[in-house]
Amino acid sequence: MSASPLTLQNGAAVSWDSLPCLELDRWRTWILETCAPPASSDIAPDAAPVKRTAAPDTLPPNRRGAPSLGRGGRMVALWAWPDSEGFRMYALLAIDSRQTLQIACARLPSQPRAYPSLTPQLPEAHYFERELHELHGIRPEGHPWLKPLRQIEGIPFFQIEGESIHEVAVGPVHAGVIEPGHFRFQCHGERVHHLEIQLGYQHRGVESQIVAASPGRQMILAESIAGDTVIGHGWAYSRVLEGLAGRDVSPQSERVRALALELERLANHVGDLGALATDVGYLPASAYFGRLRGEFLNLLLELSGNRYGRGLLVPGGLNRPFGMAPFESWQNRLAVIHRQVESTADLLFSSSSVMTRFEYCGPVSSEAARALGLVGPAARACHLARDVRAHHPWGIYRALPFTPQISRGGDVLARAQVRWLEIQQSFNLVAQLLESPELAAVRTDPLKWLQPSAFCVSMVESWRGETIHIAATDEQANLRHFKIVDPSFHNWMGLTMALRGCQISDFPLNNKSFNLSYAGHDL
Amino acid sequence: MWKLLKNRIEQGYRTQDFPPVQPLPKEYRGRPKLYPGRCLPSCDQCISKCPTEALKTAPLELDLAKCVFCGACEEACPQHAIEFTSDYSMAARRIEDLRVIDDTPHRVDALRKELLRLFGRSLKLREVSAGSCNGCDLEIQALGNIVFDWSRFGIQIVASPRHADGLIVTGPVSRNMELALRKTYEAVPDPRLVIAVGACALSGGVFAGSPTVCGGVAPVIPVDLYIPGCPPHPLTILDGILRLLNRLK
Repeated sequence: MSASPLTLQNGAAVSWDSLPCLELDRWRTWILETCAPPASSDIAPDAAPVKRTAAPDTLPPNRRGAPSLGRGGRMVALWAWPDSEGFRMYALLAIDSRQTLQIACARLPSQPRAYPSLTPQLPEAHYFERELHELHGIRPEGHPWLKPLRQIEGIPFFQIEGESIHEVAVGPVHAGVIEPGHFRFQCHGERVHHLEIQLGYQHRGVESQIVAASPGRQMILAESIAGDTVIGHGWAYSRVLEGLAGRDVSPQSERVRALALELERLANHVGDLGALATDVGYLPASAYFGRLRGEFLNLLLELSGNRYGRGLLVPGGLNRPFGMAPFESWQNRLAVIHRQVESTADLLFSSSSVMTRFEYCGPVSSEAARALGLVGPAARACHLARDVRAHHPWGIYRALPFTPQISRGGDVLARAQVRWLEIQQSFNLVAQLLESPELAAVRTDPLKWLQPSAFCVSMVESWRGETIHIAATDEQANLRHFKIVDPSFHNWMGLTMALRGCQISDFPLNNKSFNLSYAGHDL
Repeated sequence: MWKLLKNRIEQGYRTQDFPPVQPLPKEYRGRPKLYPGRCLPSCDQCISKCPTEALKTAPLELDLAKCVFCGACEEACPQHAIEFTSDYSMAARRIEDLRVIDDTPHRVDALRKELLRLFGRSLKLREVSAGSCNGCDLEIQALGNIVFDWSRFGIQIVASPRHADGLIVTGPVSRNMELALRKTYEAVPDPRLVIAVGACALSGGVFAGSPTVCGGVAPVIPVDLYIPGCPPHPLTILDGILRLLNRLK
C-alpha cells in the first residue's frame, strides 16, 4: 500500500484512521524533501551594513523588502504517541506559501526503538528529537546532542577546552523577577563562544494532566501553560476541542476572542519595549511603557474579570455574555493609549544611546533562523514572513486583511522594530473589531461531546508566535492524546545563536528581546 | 530634550493612591462572599463545576488556597449563594484562615513586635519562581512599576537572597525547583519571611496531584503569608504585605 501525506486545515478535524502511515524511510524522505532549504535565490540577502535609524512610524528602506517565504515547508511539530503495537511518530509540516499543513506518521520498530536522526540534515528537528528520546526512549541515531530537555540533574554541559577559556554558570534562580532556567556560557575573554540553555525547572506535566482532567480543569490547565499567553493557549485549546466536536463558533464570539488576543499582544509587546528600555537604562520609556502595558491588562480585566483574560474563553465560544455596552468607551480610551504609546516609542527609537545598544546586538541571520525553525516576532525580525494569521488563518482572521510585519538584520533592534510594527497593526485590528456591529456575544454552552476517533490540529498566532495544540480522541470519544508546542520551544535555540560573539553583558538585553517562555517550553 | 520634557508632561503623574480611591471594576473576581443559608439541601451543582476541588457543601465552604477564581461556581449556583466581590483584600497568615464560610472578610494580623521593628519600614525580598506559569511573577513585577510602586512603602526586590529579608515564592514548586528553593531559603539570613503568592504556591492549584510538583510552598519551606489568586491582583499582594507590616489597619 502506498500512502501519501495527508493535507490538513488549521482547526479542522480528520478521522484518526485517515492519518497516513508511511514506511519509515519514505517518511524521513518526505520530511527532508519538504523542508529542504530553499535555493539561495529564495533567501533575501541581508543589506550591507548601513547606518540605520528607526523613526517609529516607518522602517528605514534597508530594513524593508519583500518577505521571503521560500518554496519549501517547515517543521511545525514532531512527536510520538504510543499505540497497541509500540510507537508511531508523527510529523506535522507547514507549507506557508501554499497555506497548507501536511501530516504523516511512521511506525517505529519495537527493537531497537531507533531511527536515523533528522537533525544532521534538518536542524529544526533538533529539540523535537531530544524530546522524543527523553519522553519515550526513542533513539534518533546520529543526533549530535541528545540531551534531555527537562531533566536537570547529572547532565554534562557542552564545554570548550583550551587555555584562558572560562565558563560562567547562571541560574536557576536569577537576580530579577523572572522564571528559572540555567545558562552556561563558554567564554574567551569577553567573548561568548557558546551559550547552552538548560530548562526544565518549570516542568509541571501539563500534557499528561490535560488528558486526565475534567473539562473545566482542562481549560484552567491550558490557560496556565504560560501565564502571559492565557488567550493564545486558551484559544488554541478551545479550537482543538471545537474541531474534535465538529462545532462551529459564532462570528460574534470569534470577534471577542480576536479582540482579546490582540489586547494580549499589545500588553506584551508594549511591556517588552519597556523591558528593553530598562535593560539599556533608558528610564523614561521604561516607566511609561511599564504603565501603558497595564492599561491593556485593565481592558482585559473588564472583558474577563481577570487581568490576563482568564475565564473568558470556553470551548464552543465564550464564558460570559457581552453587550455592546462595555465596548462603547473603548474607542476613545484606546485612542488616548495609542497616542501615548506612539510618543513613547518615538522617544525610544529616536534616542541615539538606545539605538547604539540595540543595533547589531545579537544578530541572527535569515539562514540560521530558517534552519532552526524560528517562529513569531523572532523569525519576522530575521526577514522570515511566518505568521499563522497570514498563512493559516482561523476564525475571524480569515476575514480581516492581514500582512505579516517584518524587519531585517535579526538583531535586538529588528526584534524591537517588529514589536513596534505589530503594536500599530494590533491597534488597527482592534479598531476594526470594535467598529463591528456584531461584537455583542452570548454566553455559549460548553461542548457536551466529542467525535470518536478524531484528530485535530489547532494553530494560533499568539504574541510570541505559533501556538499549537494537537489532540486525538479514542473510539469512546474520550480525549486520548494531547500535544502542545509553545512558540518558545522553537525559539530558545535562536537566543543561543544570537549570543555567539556577544559579551555576557549583552545577555539580558538579548534575552529580553526574545522574551521566551520557560513555563511554555517546560510544560 | 524638548521631546523628553513634552512626553513627561503628557504622561503626567501615574502612581495610584493606596488604598486606591476608585474601587476595582465590578467585573473583577475578588474575595468571594458565601451565603450558606441559601443552599438547597443535597444540591451540589457548584461542586461539580469547581476545577480545583476548592468547594465543600453542607456546610458551604470555599478554600481560597485552592480557588483559581474562575467563577464557575458562582454561575452554577441556582440560589446565588456564592458571589465574587471586587474586594482585593484576601491574604492570610494561616492557611486555615483562607477557608471562606460566610460573607465576613478575614484580615491579616501584623507580625510580632521585634519583627516589625526589623521589617516594618524596609522589606527586601528575593523572588523565586518555582514551577509557576509566570502569571504571578508578572504581577509581582508589576508592583515595581510606577502605578503600584511598592518601593514607596520600603518594599523592594533584591538580586541575592543574602541581601534579602525574605522570599516571595510563586508556583506549585516543581520537583526540579525543590532543591533550588530550599537552598535559596537557607541563603536568606534569619529571621526571614516567606510569602507564598497564588493558588499554585498555596496548594498546588490546578497542578495539585501531579507527581512532578510538590503541591505548594508550605511542604518545602515554612510560610508566613499566603496570598490567594490566579494570579492575585497586584493590590492583593500589596495589601497582604502591608497588613503583615502593620502599615494598614
